Amino acid sequence: MSLRFVIVAGPPSSGKTSAMLHTIAHLKKSGMPVAACKIDCLETADDRRYRQLGIPVAIGLSEYLCPDHFYAVNLEEVWSWARQQNAEVLILETAGLCHRCAPAVEGCLTICVIDNLVGLETPKKIGPMLSTADIIAITKGDMVSQAEKEVFRDAVETVNPGARVIHVNGLSGQGSLALKRAILATRPLEKITGQALRYSMPAATCSYCAGETIVGGSFQMGNIKKIDFGESESCCKK
Amino acid sequence: MLQKITVMGGVDKNGHPEPIRRLDIHPGEVLAVVGPTGAGKTQLIADIEQYREGEAPTGRQVLIDGHPYAHDPLNPGPRHLVAEVSQKMNFIIDTTVEAFLARHARVRAIASPETVINTVLTVANQLAGEPLSPTDNLTRLSGGQARALMVGDVALISNAPVVLVDEIENAGIDRLSAMAILSAHGKMVLVVTHDPTLMLMAGRRVIMKNGGMHQLHRTTPAEIAIMETLAAREKDISRLRDTLRSGQQITDNVPNKETQETWQAFYCTARSTSAGRSAR
Repeated sequence: MSLRFVIVAGPPSSGKTSAMLHTIAHLKKSGMPVAACKIDCLETADDRRYRQLGIPVAIGLSEYLCPDHFYAVNLEEVWSWARQQNAEVLILETAGLCHRCAPAVEGCLTICVIDNLVGLETPKKIGPMLSTADIIAITKGDMVSQAEKEVFRDAVETVNPGARVIHVNGLSGQGSLALKRAILATRPLEKITGQALRYSMPAATCSYCAGETIVGGSFQMGNIKKIDFGESESCCKK
Repeated sequence: MLQKITVMGGVDKNGHPEPIRRLDIHPGEVLAVVGPTGAGKTQLIADIEQYREGEAPTGRQVLIDGHPYAHDPLNPGPRHLVAEVSQKMNFIIDTTVEAFLARHARVRAIASPETVINTVLTVANQLAGEPLSPTDNLTRLSGGQARALMVGDVALISNAPVVLVDEIENAGIDRLSAMAILSAHGKMVLVVTHDPTLMLMAGRRVIMKNGGMHQLHRTTPAEIAIMETLAAREKDISRLRDTLRSGQQITDNVPNKETQETWQAFYCTARSTSAGRSAR
């Protein structure tokens, strides 16, 4: 009962689904049974795009919960679902929104999708989602100069020197063969239970977690952290 | 040092084997990729760019010095083999020309960046109609200036052994000089083009049809002669453009009208030399 567990994360509109649709098409041509699961916050239309490939598709919406925590507590269930579909490759796509978390799990192939248009400082800002990935797929390279492609790739590799960088074009599918090969080269995982997250999740246990909406110290309970304004405080008192 | 890139023929859009079964490209060569829109020109370039290994849809295989590219995820093969210049590309980084080129030179570990940056700027200024300064903001460059800078940068900083050029004829730069600059230093240049001068400037041209490599022609001496005539004519046109743009008027020395016979002669020569001949 083994499964190649592939985690795909990246900023909104970076081209995660487009890149994966081409990759799944290649996997299907190789006769590999694939299932896809999308974890999002409030709503998603990506399931329709995945369904067009004729593969089993599941969606998880975190709604009132932190999407990253929601993701972590559902990994076992997603695993079981994919096994029930007789999939040998599972593509788990997650919206990385707050850039504090990383969905990467030991033993799973983690792909971070980022596009060339976001600016040179962004790889640093994306944080652990990028720095803990096995593969970094850079999209939209057809829109920028060769020079920017090279400089951007360098900025990405500075944040995650160990990752393999693949340039992917979500429109033409260019680069998706390399993604397919990387997925097929991944050793299938025997079980997800007991595998470790590569980066710890942030604590989220305060009154706002429980549904509080009013601003103000007297409405706050639990794990509260305040900004340290340092020396700038004195100038404000004047 | 890269000796050769080989494209092993695959299939056309109907799944039939493409007529050209093998295409070898050597350093210092300019190969034109020609054919009507939708014939598969850009796909051929894309196949080379990602070192295809016989997968769908084209089934082509790309060999580097006779060997398949190592698709081993742990050992991903040569990195900076291919550089691209296309008409769709833009600069999006909000910084000065100088600062950006310096950063690119650093990424490419160039020993004396100042010298290279100056050369890139000289080249770009030679290609662009309007001068470009090191302190200009990248994102504010005109289309022609941006393309000129991309060409200079690909030729001198990226310095990859294989250069793929996609339709730069409308880019507002001196494209013949651009091709000369790109193909210098023993690079392999593949140029997708609809422009007869660029087609004939290449030593060979592959003709695409219905997704497949259909014919391969070596440029004949007669075609080279035509190319030289065309290039001379373009120089006249560009001189005229500069004259008119600079506010001058033309009052005398009007050249004779083109005699039709000259062109008919060209077409006849072209037909007789290329008929049925396809070079390997």
